[in-house]
Amino acid sequence: MRTAPGRDRGVRNGGDFSVEPRFDVELVAVTKRYDRTVAVDAISLRISPGSYCCLLGPSGCGKTSTLRMIAGHEAVSDGDILIRDRNITEFPPARRGTAMMFQSYALFPHLNCLDNVAFSLKMRGVGKAARHARAREFLELVEMDELADRLPAQLSGGQQQRVALARSLITDPQVLLLDEPLSALDPFLRVRMREELKRLQRELGITFIHVTHSQDEAMALADLMVVMDEGRIRQSGTPREIFEQPASSFVARFIGGHNVLGTPGGLVAVRADRCRIGAPNGKAHLPGRVAAVEYQGPVVRVALELQSGELAAALLPDDVYFAGPVQPGEPATLVWSDADARPLVAG
Amino acid sequence: MMVGGQSYRGGVGRGRPWTFYALALLFGTFLLFLYGPMLVIYLLSFQGPNGGVTFPMVGTSVVWFEDIVKPGQMANIPVSFGRSVALAAVVSLVTVVTSVAAGLGFRRRFPGSGLLFYLAVASLVMPSLLVGFGIGLEFKALGLKTSLFTSALGAQLTWTLPFGLFAMFAVVNRFNRAYEEAASDLGASAWQRLVNVTLPILLPGIIGVGMGAFTLSYDEYARTTLVIGDRNTLPLEIYALISSATSPTLFAIGTVTTGVSFVIIGFTLWRIYRMQARRTAARPVP
Repeated sequence: MRTAPGRDRGVRNGGDFSVEPRFDVELVAVTKRYDRTVAVDAISLRISPGSYCCLLGPSGCGKTSTLRMIAGHEAVSDGDILIRDRNITEFPPARRGTAMMFQSYALFPHLNCLDNVAFSLKMRGVGKAARHARAREFLELVEMDELADRLPAQLSGGQQQRVALARSLITDPQVLLLDEPLSALDPFLRVRMREELKRLQRELGITFIHVTHSQDEAMALADLMVVMDEGRIRQSGTPREIFEQPASSFVARFIGGHNVLGTPGGLVAVRADRCRIGAPNGKAHLPGRVAAVEYQGPVVRVALELQSGELAAALLPDDVYFAGPVQPGEPATLVWSDADARPLVAG
Repeated sequence: MMVGGQSYRGGVGRGRPWTFYALALLFGTFLLFLYGPMLVIYLLSFQGPNGGVTFPMVGTSVVWFEDIVKPGQMANIPVSFGRSVALAAVVSLVTVVTSVAAGLGFRRRFPGSGLLFYLAVASLVMPSLLVGFGIGLEFKALGLKTSLFTSALGAQLTWTLPFGLFAMFAVVNRFNRAYEEAASDLGASAWQRLVNVTLPILLPGIIGVGMGAFTLSYDEYARTTLVIGDRNTLPLEIYALISSATSPTLFAIGTVTTGVSFVIIGFTLWRIYRMQARRTAARPVP
């Protein structure tokens, strides 16, 4: 990506403001009800200026509804949404200072890349030459200037995404909203676009809110990771905080890499890479049977079925595993040290 | 790509099963049944000057085509053709405007939307002759004169509007609302969104509906016949000729009108095809 074109954020906000807002986005008990079901249940969230925020959760957890309410494509049933200290709950989408990138990109199929990117300027009545010049700058930003004359159907998924990004950014948003932006890409491209999204966010210095169901994506990108389930925020924090201190069994299971184990002292989460197989030697342990062994290169994943019927896994460094290999069906004991166990609340 | 394409052919070099030939024969017969009668008409329209309205062909000529434009018995044909085209154009326009508006409106369920929809399309199953009769009676009761752009237009709309609605619903159903949300997100007003995004994206379907309404109107007979007033459309004129005179000129008229229809439909399909092809061109590998 290249350097972002010149920005004029102050003008958009009505000119001079000496006090920097404390938050780019603030949700205050935001609720979304459809007939009888509650899709989003009184969630509150504060996103610091210039953050990369990921809303993470299984499908139906309310993450997309939340994003669409921030964008203004879904009415808020209750609560308030503030962007840079302005209450925009009732504002139309274009006046919120947000821009949305849709899951399917929603590039207009009858317009070429240049006209797609220039669309918002055309709506504002900017003349053809001026809007095309500006659109070219943004196509350059996403390295799509050479394909400016192509129609969306003539582009690959990754190229379409870059154009969609340019089209959103040309509106000079304070907050960019991304709805599962990487889900339509193949795994290789996904990792590359992920890096580019993060770099772009850092360069532009604006807040990105990115909805995803992929833990990897959220961990890789987020400054603020928000784990949602059943319309509620289960836990929010930096990816490291959440990975090291999952608050509930749901969070521990959903972000992966953890065993949720029932011990005499209660429910605990233990990272799979901190678990070992073998003799307890006075450490915490649970007996079971080897269910499967997967060689993954640097680590070997040994899946266990514990006597309690629970499933668990140990991620063993390859040298540790090959020092004492096990076969499926053999009895085995899962061992961990108490220092690695995080007590959990159920749910 | 194209995994499993082979399985349709049952493997390379094994030839086609006998059922392929049986079904091909059946389909061939079906096509013959569909187009055979019209082929006979087209062939006989080139009947020699001394030939009649049945086989055998006595030489070939184009005298029957010349007959159409000659002053005399066929004098009404070109002018009624003009009327038919004008009426079809108006019918098509009214149908398109109404069904696009209704199609977009019906995307949102509202109280009574189901009932309204059934009321609108129930007209398709009404006996056509009686619809025309009813309109004729209505005009008489109100003391109005039946004519091309009043009663005949109305009678044809009872047929093309429900058709247009049905077709438009199918078109609108495939329309992804994210396009409209994106337009709003980018600052388009409701009107700008309609003109710059919704209508252009729906255009191939809209042209299709317009074309369908045009051809339905162009060869409409049953609904029009009782309400046309004193100036005939082409189908009515031809019917009148069939009952009064019989010469291969009728066949020549059939050939010409079919030709006109094919040119119009062919051109429209080509335009739609071009539009669609541009939008869904093969994607290069990323």
